[in-house]
Amino acid sequence: MSCSRRDLLKKAMCGAVAASLPLTMFRFLSPAQAQAAVAGSGKVRWGFLVDTRKCVGCGFCVKACKMENEVPYDAPVTRTWVERYVVTRDGKTHIDSPLGGRDGFVSQKVGEETIPPEEITKAFFVPKLCNQCDNPACVQVCPVGATFQTNDGVVLIDRTWCIGCGYCIMACPYGVRFFHPIYKVAEKCTFCYHRISKGMVTACVQACPFGARRIGNLKDPNDPVTRAIMTERVAVLKDEYGTKPQVFYIGLDSNVR
Amino acid sequence: MTHELFVHGAEWTVKEFFVYPNEFIYWSIQIVLYPYMTGLVAGAFVLSSLYHVFGQQDIKDMARFSLVFSLALLPVATMPLLMHLQQPLRAGNPLFTPHFTSAIAAFGIVFSTYALIVMSEIWFVYRKYFVEQIEALKGKGAVAGAKRALYRVLAMGALDVSDEAVAKDKKAVKILAGIGIPVACFLHGYAGFIFGSVKANALWMSPLMPVIFIMSAVVSGIALCMLTYIVIMEWSKLRHKGEAAEIGGAEIDLITKTSRYLLGFLIAAITLEILDLIFRGYTAMKSWDILRSVMYGKDFVNIFVLQYGCGNLVPFILLLMPRLTIRRAVVALVLVLFGVFMMRWNVVIGGQAFSLSFAGYMHYHLPVIPHNVETFKEGLGGALLVGITPFVLFWGINKVLPSLKTS
Repeated sequence: MSCSRRDLLKKAMCGAVAASLPLTMFRFLSPAQAQAAVAGSGKVRWGFLVDTRKCVGCGFCVKACKMENEVPYDAPVTRTWVERYVVTRDGKTHIDSPLGGRDGFVSQKVGEETIPPEEITKAFFVPKLCNQCDNPACVQVCPVGATFQTNDGVVLIDRTWCIGCGYCIMACPYGVRFFHPIYKVAEKCTFCYHRISKGMVTACVQACPFGARRIGNLKDPNDPVTRAIMTERVAVLKDEYGTKPQVFYIGLDSNVR
Repeated sequence: MTHELFVHGAEWTVKEFFVYPNEFIYWSIQIVLYPYMTGLVAGAFVLSSLYHVFGQQDIKDMARFSLVFSLALLPVATMPLLMHLQQPLRAGNPLFTPHFTSAIAAFGIVFSTYALIVMSEIWFVYRKYFVEQIEALKGKGAVAGAKRALYRVLAMGALDVSDEAVAKDKKAVKILAGIGIPVACFLHGYAGFIFGSVKANALWMSPLMPVIFIMSAVVSGIALCMLTYIVIMEWSKLRHKGEAAEIGGAEIDLITKTSRYLLGFLIAAITLEILDLIFRGYTAMKSWDILRSVMYGKDFVNIFVLQYGCGNLVPFILLLMPRLTIRRAVVALVLVLFGVFMMRWNVVIGGQAFSLSFAGYMHYHLPVIPHNVETFKEGLGGALLVGITPFVLFWGINKVLPSLKTS
C-alpha cells in the first residue's frame, strides 16, 4: 500500500513538473529563424531624425498623434510631446511642456514663471518620442514578453498579453511609456507602425508643417534621413544608459534632458 | 468619449517644476507593501528554522507559531502585486510565457517553490496531530465528523504514527527547513534585485540593493516574531492568572538573546545603507544633485528622522541599554518594524520623488477616501486590507492547525 502511494506521488510530481514547463522551451528554431530573431531581416531599420532648429512648438504633431493612435485627447499622457527650453542670463534653464505641448506654446509663462524677454539668452523646442532603442530596457524587463522588438527595430506592445505591472514604464530612461487610460496596459509610441509598414510616414511627420520630424530606413544609405544622419552632426538623448537610441537630433543643446 | 478618463498615477501625483508628461508615481503603496510583506514571510520562516535546523529548544513554541504565521503571510505577499496589476486577471501570464531577462519573470517560480517548502514542512510537523485528531473525533456528531473528514484529507492516507515514522517526519522537517533558509533569502534578495536593476532610476540602481533588502527583511521578520511571541505569552499569562501552574509570560532571557541577532542584522543593514549613501555623495554622478535635494531636503523627515532616527537609532539604543525589560523591548520592536516599513517607503516612493529629467519633483499623496476601485486598491483601504488579511488567515488556519498551544 505505502509503496503504491509512493509511486503515485512520484508520478504526480513528474506530471506537475512536466505540466509546468512552458511549451516554448521545446521549440527548436531553424538557423534562419534564429538569425532573423537576433539580427533582424536585414533590409529595414526604422530611424527618426528631429531637426530641433526647425521646430516652432506648434503642437500639431502631438494633436495628430493623439488622433491617429487613439490616445484620449484630454488625458495628460501622450505618445509624443514637445518641450520648451528657455535659458536665461543667470544660467538657469526653464523647461515646460503643458499638455505635452498639444496646444502649442502660446503663453509667455514657462511653468509658473514669467520671464522677461531681455533676460532670455536662448530658447528652443525639442520634440520627444520613443527612441526605439537598439538595446531597449523596456523589452528586457517585461516579465511576459508582451513588449518586443520587431525585425525592423520598432518596439511594440501586445495589448492582449500585457499584465500592467508597470516595470517597463519604470525601466525607460526617457519616460515615453504610460498606462493607456482605456486599455489599462502599457502604451508608447510605435513610430505609427500600422502606417510605416504600409509605406506611409508617421502621423507626426505628416502633420509637421516645418519638416522638423522625419522618419527613414537606416539600412538604406540612399534614404535622405540616413544620409543626413551620416553626413551631419547629430546626437541622441541620454546615451549614458546604454540603450542605443535610434532617434537622432540635429541641434541638440546640452541643456536638453 | 463615454469612458471615465482615469490616468493611472494622476490621482495621487503632484508635479513640481519640469517632469516629463507621462511621468507619474506608477508604483505606489502596494509596491511599498510587497517587499515589506515578503520580508516578513522570509524573516518569520528563518526564525522558525532556528529551532528546526539548529535545535534552539527555548524557542520551540515560537518556532511552530512563526511557521504557521509565515503560511498565513504567504498569500498576502502576492496580494499587493495583484492589487497593483492593471490586468490582475492576467497574473498567470508570467508563468505561461516567462520572459527570463526580466527580474519579475521568475517571481512565480521562486515564490511557489518557497510556498511548497513551507506547506510541506507544515504537513510534516502536523501529520501526527492529524492522525491523533482522526482518532479523537471518531463518532462525535456531524460537526466533528466534518472536521474529521478534513483531517483525513489532510493526512493524505499517511496514518502511521509509529516512533519510526514520526522520526522520519522530524528528519524531513529538518531538511525542508534547511533548504528553506536559502530559498527565503533568495526570495527576498530577488525583490531587492527587481529595484536594484532598474538603470533608469538613479536612486534604485545599486548592486547593494538585494543585500540591503535581505538584511532588513531578516530584521523585520525577527522583530515581528519577537513581538507576537511577547504578545502571545503575555496574553496566556493573563488568561491563566491564578491557576495552579502559572505561566511565566515572555522570558526576558530569550528576548535578550534574540535581540542580539536582531541588532547584528540591524547593524549590517544600516552599514550597507550608509555606505550606499556615502558612495553616491562621494562619486557625485549626474544624478547626485537631484538625489541630494530629495534626501536632504524633501524627504529629510522620512529618511533621517523617521527611518534612521525613530526606526533604527532609537530601538538600537533601547535594545542595547542594560537590564532590558519586556516593555522596553516591545517599544523597540514596534519601532524596528516601523523603521523597516519606512525604508521600503523611502526606496519605492522616494525613488519616484524626482523626475527622470532631473529637473522636477513628484509628490505622492496616498488616497485616503476612495472614490473608485483604483483609489481603493492603491490607497489606504487597499493597504489596510493587505495589513489585516494575514491575521484573519492566521485565525482561520489556526482552527485547523493549532499553533498557539504551549507545550
